[in-house]
Amino acid sequence: MARKDTVNALIRRGISAKVSEALVDGGYNLQKLKTAPFNVITRFISVEDAEELLRKLGIRKFMAEETAEAKVEPEFPDLVARMRDAKKKAKKRTKPITIPDKVQKPTKLEQLVLDQMKEESVFLPMSIVSGLAQRLRGVKRITRPMVKKLLHRVNEKFAEHSIDAHESIGIVAAQSVGEPGTQMTMRTFHYAGVAELSVTQGLPRLIEIVDARREPSTPMMEIHLKSRITKNVEEVKRIARSIELTRLHHVADVEIDINNMRIVIHPDRDKMSTKDLTFDTLKDSLMEERRISGDMEVEGKTIVITSPESTHKKLQQIMEIVRNTKIKGIDRVDRAVIKQLNTGEFVIFTEGSNLEDILDMPEIDAQRVYTNNIVEVCNVLGVEAARNTLIKEARKTLEEQGLTVDVRHIMLISDMMSNDGDIKAIGRHGISGRKSSILARAAFEITSTHLLRAGIIGEVDTLSGVAENIIVGQPVTVGTGAVELEYAPRSARKR
Amino acid sequence: MVEFNVLEHELVPSHELLTPKEAEAMLKRYGITKDQLPKIRVNDPCIAALIDAGKDIKEGQIVKITRASEVAGVSVAYRLVVTA
Repeated sequence: MARKDTVNALIRRGISAKVSEALVDGGYNLQKLKTAPFNVITRFISVEDAEELLRKLGIRKFMAEETAEAKVEPEFPDLVARMRDAKKKAKKRTKPITIPDKVQKPTKLEQLVLDQMKEESVFLPMSIVSGLAQRLRGVKRITRPMVKKLLHRVNEKFAEHSIDAHESIGIVAAQSVGEPGTQMTMRTFHYAGVAELSVTQGLPRLIEIVDARREPSTPMMEIHLKSRITKNVEEVKRIARSIELTRLHHVADVEIDINNMRIVIHPDRDKMSTKDLTFDTLKDSLMEERRISGDMEVEGKTIVITSPESTHKKLQQIMEIVRNTKIKGIDRVDRAVIKQLNTGEFVIFTEGSNLEDILDMPEIDAQRVYTNNIVEVCNVLGVEAARNTLIKEARKTLEEQGLTVDVRHIMLISDMMSNDGDIKAIGRHGISGRKSSILARAAFEITSTHLLRAGIIGEVDTLSGVAENIIVGQPVTVGTGAVELEYAPRSARKR
Repeated sequence: MVEFNVLEHELVPSHELLTPKEAEAMLKRYGITKDQLPKIRVNDPCIAALIDAGKDIKEGQIVKITRASEVAGVSVAYRLVVTA
């Protein structure tokens, strides 16, 4: 449709249809023609046509070298230089990576069972195959007929216990999670076991999870360390301190010197040493803070910042920026505490979550870093990892309240939320809002808007889902209703 | 997260690219079309890692994901690669 518009625009200006079409085919529109080099246009249309074109459009004729890539004319050279530097800084991998092999190979016994299964066209999940193989261990003579018989018996039992086709698992899952939900409290406790850190628990947390909120109200990371460091308390403490975000006002006194219209910074030696900071690191961090528009000078053991604009307001602004300058640590990580697990290893728990930056820290066991911020996991580790986190977090929340919900229901919910490649909420802003049926959406939350809009446009509801069929009173395509029986008269039946 | 290989993380299962033949066999076995599969974004960190490791992954291809499941031991899922 855009193409037709472009062609018409050219025709309206007096250019013949054939020429217009040829130009649009070549990828030109009105805008591009104004700056297009002449000898390039003549690739698509004849020279006379091109000349006439230029006259009709009132463009100056000019020849130009066709460049492979149009160079950006730097109107603001400083900006371009900055962009170039930023691109250089956006680092790329230096070491090549290999794809790890995470698929477990079956043991010999398991393989035996699997081969027989293939022969007999029997399907069983791997957990049952492993169980069977376990039982066969130590049996002296394992023959193929024996395994065959076993498989058929196991298969019978498996079929008895399998869920029926077309069972309404969605509703069952919703009820299985919803019912215990009525028993959960709205209160949030302190996170039992780790001093000082409080994490949202119970119903509020479950709501956060299911609503796919971008940032949980208490984001938290659990960081394990490399095996050689993990039992060394002092080392772990040091790493924890280096992760905690330290701002200037944590380690120095920042004052406005009104008489001289400047800002004076007195570093506190003790606080600096607990954070392993030197005077020079302070200076460097301040230099790097680009938002401070002023000059920095060192006077003995203090740093002085003066601004060309020495108004009160400007000075106050600068002081705020200076006070909050990041000196050390990882952005968004407010606190880091240490706990010893019963395995003897020390683990760092942080208040605040920044997965991307923590993964590159050398002393950390990056493969085991855990965060409760599900959307962040999706952005940094991928949708499958986010799905696993979803299951883990939901389970944890329910178990903490003493409720047992079969993991399958939680797995179904996680699958529904992660099926499209990113994490969608369950409610009207996510899955429920994407349904194609107008009646289903109207029945869910905002009723009038959906009906009105659909009525105006003239939308069609194909009545293929559950809610809409209930509304109109037809059988639902769940369980029995999923099957349509037809009668084949004797004459039509095959032998 | 410049050097870290996401595919090695604890929470990330194995991601493998299917050849066109394998993909077709799978679709036929389940009797579905490509668009009925669950999806994964091209800019998903795991896809990006696979590309860094040398695989050429484009929209329309299918990734086989092998998860460890406490319910079934091993569970296989497939995801169609889509653009954001």
